Amino acid sequence: MAIRVRGLEKAFRIPNHRVHTLKERALHPFRSTSYNELRALRGIDFEVGQGEFFGIVGRNGSGKSTLLKCLAGIYKADAGRIELAGRLSPFIELGVGFNPDLPARDNVVINAVMMGLTPREARARFDDIIAFGELEGFVDQKLKNYSSGMQVRLAFSVMVHTEPDVMLIDEVLAVGDAAFQQKCIDVFYRLRAEGTTIVLVTHAMSWVEQFCHRAMMISGGHITKMGNPSEVAREYMAENFRNVTSDVRHHVPEAEIRVVDAWIADAQDQRVDTVAYGESMRIHISLEALAPIRAPGISMWMSNEDGVRIFSAGALENGGSLSDLEPFERVEFVVEADNRFSSGRYYVGCSVVRGSAGLEILLSNERVADVVSYGVALSGVIGVDYVGTLTRTRAGEPVL
Amino acid sequence: MTVAELPLEEVTGPSALGGGWRRFVRLTWLVATTDFKLTYFGSVLGYFWSLLQPLLFFGVLYLMFDIVLQLGKETPNFPVILLMNIVLFTFFQTATAASIPSVVVREGLVRKMHFPRLVIPVATAVTSSFNLCLNLIVVLGFMIVYGVEPRLTWFLLLPLLGLLFAFSAGIAMLLSSLYVRYRDVAQIWGVIIQALFYASPVFILIENIEKRAPQVTRYYLFNPIAAILQQARHWMVGGTPGISTFMGGAVWVLAPFAILVGTCILGFWVFSREAPGIAEEL
Repeated sequence: MAIRVRGLEKAFRIPNHRVHTLKERALHPFRSTSYNELRALRGIDFEVGQGEFFGIVGRNGSGKSTLLKCLAGIYKADAGRIELAGRLSPFIELGVGFNPDLPARDNVVINAVMMGLTPREARARFDDIIAFGELEGFVDQKLKNYSSGMQVRLAFSVMVHTEPDVMLIDEVLAVGDAAFQQKCIDVFYRLRAEGTTIVLVTHAMSWVEQFCHRAMMISGGHITKMGNPSEVAREYMAENFRNVTSDVRHHVPEAEIRVVDAWIADAQDQRVDTVAYGESMRIHISLEALAPIRAPGISMWMSNEDGVRIFSAGALENGGSLSDLEPFERVEFVVEADNRFSSGRYYVGCSVVRGSAGLEILLSNERVADVVSYGVALSGVIGVDYVGTLTRTRAGEPVL
Repeated sequence: MTVAELPLEEVTGPSALGGGWRRFVRLTWLVATTDFKLTYFGSVLGYFWSLLQPLLFFGVLYLMFDIVLQLGKETPNFPVILLMNIVLFTFFQTATAASIPSVVVREGLVRKMHFPRLVIPVATAVTSSFNLCLNLIVVLGFMIVYGVEPRLTWFLLLPLLGLLFAFSAGIAMLLSSLYVRYRDVAQIWGVIIQALFYASPVFILIENIEKRAPQVTRYYLFNPIAAILQQARHWMVGGTPGISTFMGGAVWVLAPFAILVGTCILGFWVFSREAPGIAEEL
C-alpha cells in the first residue's frame, strides 16, 4: 500500500469581513466575524497500491486540487487520516521554488534539495538532469531567460531524477514540444514498469486511459466513480456534457456485476466516436460478473441528450433467456443497428436484472458509452423507413 | 522490478518543522546562501553597498556625537565602540525587518509545496548574519588599526553573537507569522525598532545613563540588545565593567537572558501555531 486515505474532510472558512491590521483588531477586539464555509472535501476514502498508476479526474472546483494539497502536506486536513509510504514528491506544480535570477545550475540543486535529496546527491545527478531536459547549452543561463517550455522541461527532469517513492503529477504535460511530450510518455512507461507509485491529476482522458491502472472521479468533494480508467474517463466526459435537467440516473451499487467496457464500433468493428447517418454501427457492452447471478437479464438502450430513450434491446442467448453467470465470467453484448439518429450526441445505457421477472436491478447505468451522429439533422429524433403517398380529390372525385 | 514494501506513515499536514531536523537545516542553509548570493553577486558593487550603509551611519553619528557634541570625549576608543555597536544593531534591525514579509513573499513555497515553514524566517536571519560576519571583519580590522589590543575575551563575542542571532530569529518568527494576518506589523515594528535603538547603548553609552540616573541602569539592561551591546564592549574593547557589575550582581543577568529566551519561545510558539494554516491564509 502506498497511499491510504480515510474519511478525509477539508473545509475553508471564508470570512465575510477580513481584519487586515492589528489596529483594527485592537480597536474592535470582540467583533465577531462571520464565515462562509466552503466544504471542499466531504469524506474521501481511497487507497493506492504500491506501484500503481492512479488517475484522479474531476471538473474545476470538484476538490481534486484540495485533495492533492492535503496529500502533499500543504493543507492540513480537518478530519480523517492520510498515510503515505516513502518519500513523496512534494510539488503539486512544476518549477515551484525556481529562482528566475539564478542560472539553471543553481536552480537544479535548489529544486532537488527541496525534493528531498542532499546537495551532494543533487550535484551528482546534475548532468543527467540537464541531458534529459535537453538543456546542455543553457546551463549557465539565468532561468528568466528560459522559455516556459524549457522551464517545464527542467522541472520535470529534476522531478524524475529525484526518484521519489510516490509521485504527484498535476497537469504537467500542457507545455513542452511534441518531442519532449514523447519523452515524458517514455518516462511514464518506464516508471510504471519500475513500480513507482504515481498519482496523476489531469483533464486529459487519453492519459488516464493510456497509463492509469485505476482512476477515480471527484465531484463536489465526493468520490463519484472509482475503478476502471475508461469508465472513469467516460463518466467524466458525461458529467462535462451533462444537461442539468436530464440528470435522472439510478445509482445502483455495482457489487455483483460491472461494466468492463462499452464502446461503439463501425461496420469494420473499429472503435469510433462518431457515426454518419445511415451507417451501420455496433454497440458493444462488456460485462463481468463479480458474484454468481441466476438467470440474468441484460438490456441496453440509447437515449438522446434530453434523456429520451430512442430504442432498447435485450440480450438473448441461443434465442432464449440467458444461463447463469459464474463469478468473473465475462459476457459481451453486441447490438448491430443502422444509425438513423438525427445529428447530436447519444448515450448508451445498460442494465442487468436478476430473474426473469426483472424485479431486482443489479446494474443500471444511463451512460456507459456515447456517440455522436452526424450527417442529417432531422426535425424528429429518429428517421424511420416509410412510404409516403399522396392522393388528390376534386369535389369528392379522385383526380387522375 | 520488485519494490520492497515501505511502511505507511501518517501525513500530519504542514507545520513549522515538517520533514525533520536534517531537512530543516539543509533547506535553511540552501535558502540563506541562495539569498546571499542573489544580493551580493547580482551587482558589481554588491557587498560594498551593504557595508556602505552602516559606515555612512557611523560617519553621521561620529561627526555629530564625537566631534560636534564631544560626547565621546571621556570615552577611550569611542569611534571603535560606535562602529561595533552600529554593526551589531544594524544586524538586528535588518534581520527582523527583512523577515517580516518573508513568508508572504515566498508564497509559492508555502502554497505549492510541502516546505517546513520555519525555514523561511530563520533563513532570512541567517542571510543577515552572513552579512554581519563580513561587517565584523571590517570592525576587527578597524579595532586593530585604531590600537585596541587583541585579547582572549574577543572569542567570547561568539556566544554573544549566538544570543543576538537567537533573539533576532525569535522576533523574526513572531513577526513573519503575524504579518500573514496583519499587514500593519511592518509599520508597528518600525516604530518599536526606533525606540529600541534609543533604549540601547549604541551611541549614548551606558556611563551616560549611570551618571544621570543610576537607579535605572539595572532595568535599562533588561533590554537584551542593551545587555549584549554592553557586554560586547566589555569583552572586545574593555575599559568598562561587564553588565553584572552594572546590574548589581550576576543573578540580575538572568533577567535579560530570560527575556531573550522567552521571546524565542514565544516566537516559535506563535509560528508553530500559525504554520499549518498559512497556506490557506495567504
